[in-house]
Amino acid sequence: MNLDYIQNTKISELIKKYPFFLGFLENNNLKIENDLTIPELMDSYDEEYKEDNGISKEQIITQSLDYINQMLAFLGEGDDKVESITIKAGQHKDGSKETFGDIKILSGEIVSIVGPTGSGKSRLLADIEWVAQRDTPTNRQILLNDDIPDKKWRFSIEHKLVAQLSQNMNFVMDLSVYEFLELHAKSRMVENIEDIIIKILNQANNLAGEKFTLETPITSLSGGQSRALMIADTAILSKSPIVLIDEIENAGIDRKQALDLLLSEDKIVLMATHDPMLALIGNKRLVIKNGGIEKIILSTEKEREALKELEIMNDKLQTMRNRLRTGQTLSVS
Amino acid sequence: MNFITVSGPPSSGKTSVIIKTIEAFQNRKHDVAVVKFDCLSTDDDKLYEKIGVPVKKGLSGALCPDHYFVSNVEEIVDWGLGLDVDILISESAGLCNRCSPYIKGIKAVCVVDNLSGINTPKKIGPMLKSADIIVITKGDIVSQAEREVFASRVNSVNPSAIILNVNGLTGQGAYELSTLLFDENVHINSLKGMELRFPMPAALCSYCLGETRIGEDYQMGNVRKIDLEK
Repeated sequence: MNLDYIQNTKISELIKKYPFFLGFLENNNLKIENDLTIPELMDSYDEEYKEDNGISKEQIITQSLDYINQMLAFLGEGDDKVESITIKAGQHKDGSKETFGDIKILSGEIVSIVGPTGSGKSRLLADIEWVAQRDTPTNRQILLNDDIPDKKWRFSIEHKLVAQLSQNMNFVMDLSVYEFLELHAKSRMVENIEDIIIKILNQANNLAGEKFTLETPITSLSGGQSRALMIADTAILSKSPIVLIDEIENAGIDRKQALDLLLSEDKIVLMATHDPMLALIGNKRLVIKNGGIEKIILSTEKEREALKELEIMNDKLQTMRNRLRTGQTLSVS
Repeated sequence: MNFITVSGPPSSGKTSVIIKTIEAFQNRKHDVAVVKFDCLSTDDDKLYEKIGVPVKKGLSGALCPDHYFVSNVEEIVDWGLGLDVDILISESAGLCNRCSPYIKGIKAVCVVDNLSGINTPKKIGPMLKSADIIVITKGDIVSQAEREVFASRVNSVNPSAIILNVNGLTGQGAYELSTLLFDENVHINSLKGMELRFPMPAALCSYCLGETRIGEDYQMGNVRKIDLEK
């Protein structure tokens, strides 16, 4: 794909060959004039129109080329799977060295991140998102699949390493569940949109206490339902290989199943939490202090036993919650 | 000196992003100064003073803020040069979405936020379309899907720009932004002879000159009518 081709090819031809190009034209408020080339289309607008809309011929031509090339790169890639991420130690805020050496996290693994607010969790996450190469304040280096990562992980919006889920996130669009998932699927250029939508809905309903339908407006979903939909959508539609979960509350959603869903899609799950139920699900805990990773704790046998106890307590709590929800009385034994 | 122009719709988080970015510059011992442009009033200059950077504010009042900006930009660059800072940042509010404050050869940053809605990218003109770097804020309060859709819409109207997510509260992404903004090989000594990337919104009609009466008899100059036949 080069500038010559863009300048001499009819729009109908471009759209036929690159269906996603339609989105570019629409988002730039350009007419779909099948028989014209891009330069001809731009010439067909008068100067006043171009000036009103803040577009120019040269800009649209070069950006058409940029856009098509980006999308082709994105589509043609197939599976460049991230099977592991390695964090190589850097330094704390005060300049002292981190002592952990390397941490390698494999896809399908859950790692908890603990530490007070301001201790450096955001910085760690930013290092991962930016695939730091000893060029951030922590001086850490991030490897993917044991190798120095391609630049695209840093700059291309189609290759974001980290997807985030947190307590504070809400849906803000005024759409039904179906429209919402369709929009997301389209932007990810998925082919079998209908199947994917059904799959996400079913998974989300498995996670949520109360079921919802494709017609439900996303803004009227309950907290638990929203979280369930966000998790199912992120697991299935988001391409990011790493998912960061920031304190997901217990109410109205089966968190264990949610994590299983993410892992079944081969995600690496990082979990910032101080909830023992969640923190102990991971097999490693990164303790953050003074801007650095202070130590790595491996979950012990004893802790796992404690987790079982917690799960029993949690089930009890859950049952009581459900009894309350369905209008029954509680019997405490 | 590096000169960086930052623009974006009102309340998109420009000041927060700039402050977090300046902190990253300060950690690397770079001196920064800021000029804040606004319309009627702003207290943002106090926020900049708080983090110890020299700041000037310019209020456009009854004038088009974009025109006011470009009429003063040469002077503010001279001011920055006089202070002998490494980096001068101008912050200006885009108010009509058709603003086009960027200058050829000067780094241009546009700040937009996830809450503004997925159709916003196509509504913003040169301020977004001709920016070098686009910063998307408020990603911490919308869903992953909405973030992805919003970023892909932004990308479709300006595929040439680098798109970056920055959290104005925690500063996540601000350090990274700072590395993209500063280039030690760039030395701006004057804006004389430089050009805007795109013509600014134009108006020269009787209302520009203070006319208050309504009606065709009072309208002169650059006047345009809605086509009600269409």
